Amino acid sequence: MNFRYALIFTASLFISAFSLQAQDHGSSHDQDHSALSHEEHGDHEGSCCGQEEHSTEYDPVSTVMHHIADANEFHIWKDVHMPLPCILYAPGQGWSFFMSSKFHHGTLALDGYVLNHGRVNRVADPSFPKGEQHIDGVCHEARMVLDAKGAETEKDFYFVCLDGKPYQLDPPSTLDGGVLGGGLTSFYDFSITKNVFAMILASILLILVFSAVRKGYARNEGKAPSGIQSFFEPFFLFVKDEVTLPMIGEKHYERFQPFIMTLFFFILFCNLLGLIPFFPGSANITGNLGVTLTLAVFAFIITNINGNKDYWEHIFWMPGIPAWVKFILTPIEILSVFIKPFALMIRLFANISAGHIIILSLIGLIFVFGQNGENIGGVFAGGIVGGLFTAFMNLIELLVAFLQAFIFAILTASYIGAAVEEHHHEEAHH
Amino acid sequence: MGAIGAGIAALGAGLGVGLIGSRAMEAIARQPEAVSLIQRNMILTAALVEGAALFGIVVGMLAK
Repeated sequence: MNFRYALIFTASLFISAFSLQAQDHGSSHDQDHSALSHEEHGDHEGSCCGQEEHSTEYDPVSTVMHHIADANEFHIWKDVHMPLPCILYAPGQGWSFFMSSKFHHGTLALDGYVLNHGRVNRVADPSFPKGEQHIDGVCHEARMVLDAKGAETEKDFYFVCLDGKPYQLDPPSTLDGGVLGGGLTSFYDFSITKNVFAMILASILLILVFSAVRKGYARNEGKAPSGIQSFFEPFFLFVKDEVTLPMIGEKHYERFQPFIMTLFFFILFCNLLGLIPFFPGSANITGNLGVTLTLAVFAFIITNINGNKDYWEHIFWMPGIPAWVKFILTPIEILSVFIKPFALMIRLFANISAGHIIILSLIGLIFVFGQNGENIGGVFAGGIVGGLFTAFMNLIELLVAFLQAFIFAILTASYIGAAVEEHHHEEAHH
Repeated sequence: MGAIGAGIAALGAGLGVGLIGSRAMEAIARQPEAVSLIQRNMILTAALVEGAALFGIVVGMLAK
């Protein structure tokens, strides 16, 4: 049993480390109108170098997007960052291993890698000098590009300035195939990022807590639970009585109990860790498409390898209906096999991300009302309004953290239940 | 445009979840002994409605 947990955790950690996350800062919309207007005057590539880019203007959208995005270093307090290991691979250049502290907060370039708003980017240009280089900074430009459909869309480009010359930066490769603004670029990021670090922490916490609970069950066999065991027993009973037993059925539920429990507690711990506003929490783990994709893929695989004959028959050739309806129904049923885990993925991601965005926006009210510290009365007003609403939202998010873990578990259980359900033949007629 | 679409999606989900909630309340008032069963199915159905709304919101955001 322990082995199975360990397998699921390691596998999910590995897959998530492949940087599937779609919310890298490249998709955040820096509202840099000065760079845009500059571009409209027909300047050539990377003309943003040398411009004074460090405006003190508070930009709510890019601040919020930066906070829910993944990062290659863990920002703790003001200038204090926890360094995290970078594991990077670029075809032709090979592997690079170093700690993110070697970037000196983005003032150094290492072998063509640059820290851009907390994420590692790479200079694809081969003329960029290798080794440690002092850089002047990273600048941003929004440009109109033609997308696949031939329509003009605004896209963000980042450039690193070295000796006054701009070099274009590539964000890490993502597996979204360009749907979310990512795609394959010149390098792959396998780093232990902020999210991966927080996920490892959640896994360690789970292992510690549940080995204590296991010891409790061994010690108190046949007796009343004690200590941390008695705190968790209602959760176990809840998962059994409300999720697996009614959804999967008496005959099969014990087989899937470990998987559903793992899903429930892993999502719950990650959600709760994400709600802690300071180190080591604050990472938006389950609000990351890579993580929820991994969880949904597990649900998809386990549902379908356990599907019995009846399950597949109901997908490909639904019994008891006229033949011409079957030709309409079969494509829908086949699509629904994929849509179900896709909905699981989107639901968890969107719920948790939305919660984080709302809380960060409410905190941002302090800066918006205070007009960058010029309006002290506004700061107080924003602090009181934003603070109270943040406290309120945090309580709602606490509910959502439980609810989303429960919904993920119960929906997975119902899909598994549909896959293992045994139909009696007399029932097949209606 | 995307933001308008996201708003309409949220509107639809609000109607859906509201209907589910009101019917569940009626059902609980009629049969208080079935409260846990009704609650479970209410949350499940609400999650499905919300899933459809989130599709709308995510697609709306992508479309810009």
